[in-house]
Amino acid sequence: MRSKISEKAFKYGFMGMAFSSLLFLLGIIIILFSEGLPVFNTVNLMRFIGGTSWYPTSEPPEFGILPLILGTLWVTLGAMLICIPIGLGSALYLHEIAGRRQKAVLKPLIELLASIPSIVYGFFGMIIVAPYLQRTFDLSTGLCAFTASLILGIMAVPTVCSLAEDALNYVPKSFREAAYAVGANRWQTLTQIILPAAGSGISTAIILGMSRVVGETMTVLMVAGGAAMIPQSVFDPVRPMTSTIAAEMGEAAMGSPHYHALFAIGLILFLITFVFNIIAEIISRRYRLKLGLGR
Amino acid sequence: MKKILSTVLIVMTMTLAGFAGEKIRLTGSTTVLPVAQLTAEEFMNVNPDVTLSVQGGGSGVGIASLNDGACDIANASRSMKDSEIKNAISRGIHPTAHVVAMDGIAVVLHPSNPVQNLTKDQIRKIYTGKITNWKQVGGADKKIVVLSRDTSSGTYEAFAKLALNDEKVRKDALLNASNKAVETAVETTPGAIGYIGFGYITKRVKLITVDGITCSKVTILSKEYPFSRPLFMYTNGKPKGWIKKYIDFILSKEGQALVETAGYVGLK
Repeated sequence: MRSKISEKAFKYGFMGMAFSSLLFLLGIIIILFSEGLPVFNTVNLMRFIGGTSWYPTSEPPEFGILPLILGTLWVTLGAMLICIPIGLGSALYLHEIAGRRQKAVLKPLIELLASIPSIVYGFFGMIIVAPYLQRTFDLSTGLCAFTASLILGIMAVPTVCSLAEDALNYVPKSFREAAYAVGANRWQTLTQIILPAAGSGISTAIILGMSRVVGETMTVLMVAGGAAMIPQSVFDPVRPMTSTIAAEMGEAAMGSPHYHALFAIGLILFLITFVFNIIAEIISRRYRLKLGLGR
Repeated sequence: MKKILSTVLIVMTMTLAGFAGEKIRLTGSTTVLPVAQLTAEEFMNVNPDVTLSVQGGGSGVGIASLNDGACDIANASRSMKDSEIKNAISRGIHPTAHVVAMDGIAVVLHPSNPVQNLTKDQIRKIYTGKITNWKQVGGADKKIVVLSRDTSSGTYEAFAKLALNDEKVRKDALLNASNKAVETAVETTPGAIGYIGFGYITKRVKLITVDGITCSKVTILSKEYPFSRPLFMYTNGKPKGWIKKYIDFILSKEGQALVETAGYVGLK
């Protein structure tokens, strides 16, 4: 009798914990909408998303977040160009070439990159990388989209590498053996059997890496320059959405249009990463089915 | 960073002073925050019966909360706007200004820049984007990199008013979150121009004169330096009781010494 009660208690206890995430998510979504939507009493949606001037404290204020959205996309694009080749390259090396002992050292080391706090990356970028790039390329300033992309790209490497390597590992051994059996060499097996089979897992890795880059705040706040302009070149300073919120939320009077505008930016940012994550989930589900892993 | 640290400090002082008798609430400008904090801590050391809680949030937030009756003293790095005064009076609040310190906004360049002086007009044109190359103001043929503070900072608002006649800063200006960040960026960027609070001037950046006047204690106090401004604390009506004692303490010799520790210019 007693064991039955405690069994139930455990069941509901753990159920509560499992569903608490849902509660948090719901709470965050509700707050984002309720605090973000009032900004549209001040500006309409088109002027908010399509406006090119971000002067939240001028009289009258201007809330055009197009430069901020483009800043985020610009930095993300650059970061992906850096983290996809490095991340996938290292995943392939770990999976195909590295021996057992090498792998045992390399993989944890790459994953260690992920555990460095983002402010340390930001500091490194601000003090070392930005001045170096400024001197090397004779730029007017090293605090620009390029520097931000470079640092964020490096930060996303562990995510991409680790997930892509897992995806490669999930490909059943029989696939490879079958390929060898029909006379395919190693390169053919890799490019025509393993990579296509792991393709959706690798796409998931890339999309989750992208989510990480889009949401990163501290580093871009420190190295992206912070100019709310529409970027024309990779060496232009930009002001991504995350750093705008971080820099301005502390000083925006509660309930003011500026305050609501910052929440609305948060809402848009949330929708972007939400879509990314859903796409990643759909792709990875399809991939499990394709490999006959079920579910 | 500074903000986070100061928040932690505030929380600590608040919990330490927890159960004392009367409570005075200060809210507002992050520029005035260090002055308020240093003086509040010292004041509480001497007078354990009273608790001062100091919060940031910006000048606008401070004034709004004074008008709402949510604080006793509003810290402000600018004087109240007409609309704010009207709002206060309609709520039966009579804001009274106390100048507690003076601040100067220094214009700084990279040490390698040969330019020694800029006029107010040149600075305005640089910040609004009408002048883009150092050769237009007697320097080398080099693009000007404009550094500014985030548009919500009090220093930005003061600079926009004093130096730019409230014109908008050019869009490609690099916005930084703190005085220290501006200083670091100027130090590492040869074409840079930036502005920082008087207390943040270091040897690693080049301080220039504005209209031929150096930013110094003397010129800030005499208001000869064009970018000097008073820092305020607003109370509701004439201060009484502990609030009066606290304001008097800030204006005393000891309080003004703390003002200088905080990086500003004392009134005496």
